[in-house]
Amino acid sequence: MAEVNAPSRPLSPHLQIYRWTWTMAMSIAHRATGAANYVGAALVATWLVAMAWGPGAYESVQGFFGSWIGRLVLFGYTWSLVHHMLGGVRHLVWDFGHGMEPGQRMAMARFTLFASVPLTLAIWIVTYFVMR
Amino acid sequence: MAQFTLPKNSKMTEGKVWPKPAGATRLQAFRIYRWNPDDGNNPRIDTYYVDRDDCGPMVLDALLWIKNKVDSTLTFRRSCREGICGSCAMNIMGQNTLACTMGIDDCQAETIKIYPLPHMPVLKDLVPDLTAFFAQHASIEPWLKTESAAPETEWRQTPEDRARLDGLYECILCACCTTSCPSYWWNGDRFLGPAALLQAYRWLIDSRDEATGERLDNLHDPFRLYRCHTIMNCANTCPKGLNPAKAIAEIKKMMVARTV
Repeated sequence: MAEVNAPSRPLSPHLQIYRWTWTMAMSIAHRATGAANYVGAALVATWLVAMAWGPGAYESVQGFFGSWIGRLVLFGYTWSLVHHMLGGVRHLVWDFGHGMEPGQRMAMARFTLFASVPLTLAIWIVTYFVMR
Repeated sequence: MAQFTLPKNSKMTEGKVWPKPAGATRLQAFRIYRWNPDDGNNPRIDTYYVDRDDCGPMVLDALLWIKNKVDSTLTFRRSCREGICGSCAMNIMGQNTLACTMGIDDCQAETIKIYPLPHMPVLKDLVPDLTAFFAQHASIEPWLKTESAAPETEWRQTPEDRARLDGLYECILCACCTTSCPSYWWNGDRFLGPAALLQAYRWLIDSRDEATGERLDNLHDPFRLYRCHTIMNCANTCPKGLNPAKAIAEIKKMMVARTV
């Protein structure tokens, strides 16, 4: 190969130009929700620590989780958990070599998102009924 | 760590708008990635107009039309113009495919955007450096390996065993799949990528091959095989309709099967 005076070659564009597909989007969403679940787990840990600490600490943490912003965060965490779980099931099926044909893989990726929203809502609706 | 933005020397600038062909009634606009190794400038995006009444139906026809009638410096690889050589692989409308089998009408776009295969060093315009890609293909030793004495005639195979190679042997090594894979973009120096792994599987399941164990040993590595995260861009983009993602899943299954 003629590499005598090789100039610094540019890198061709990638993320900037590649067309998003469902499988690609749900793959990155799986990773993002996985990272978000770390934060969510820290919230659960905070709640448990506060419980062990005493009534005062528990009251203030409970106060935050009960506020509208706290509930919004918990709602987001629920969705993140559900989405990540469905993504995990999708990957489990794929690891067995199933559901990888053209229509199937797109449908499974779409299902992750479309099923996670009603499932999250259902969890919250049921929880509200139980807590009432 | 993956770098999501382009390096400074790779940022694209607005290029030249080439004149519309005189007297043409059916025009198709193209925005094409240009980089000249000799002028020291950053890559640029040039705009061309093609007279559809004077040009064949495929994107490759349009590229040849531009090269012949508008700008002879436009550089790209092409050979067979029928989807079997894999030379004209490039990114057309955001997806990797062969320019010769992609219809201009099928792009359904006012302006058709063309870039080289993604995340590769560019030699010139639409020509990427595929040296590493072919080295990775060579690393899986894509040939029949046997211990037994060679038969008098050919190595025999039942029709059923032969059928297991369908969907694998058709690969033309165009590199569309490998360069569509985000995991390959971030770890292309150590992850073998979908094309090489599809070929690895093609030899792993060949009933005549006797090096299955060694082949699996060679792939048993956190990067070479296991950087596949089933993003599926490879299967979505393959211009031959093959399924590298599935082949990789089958290799992973073989890895598990031999340990239990």
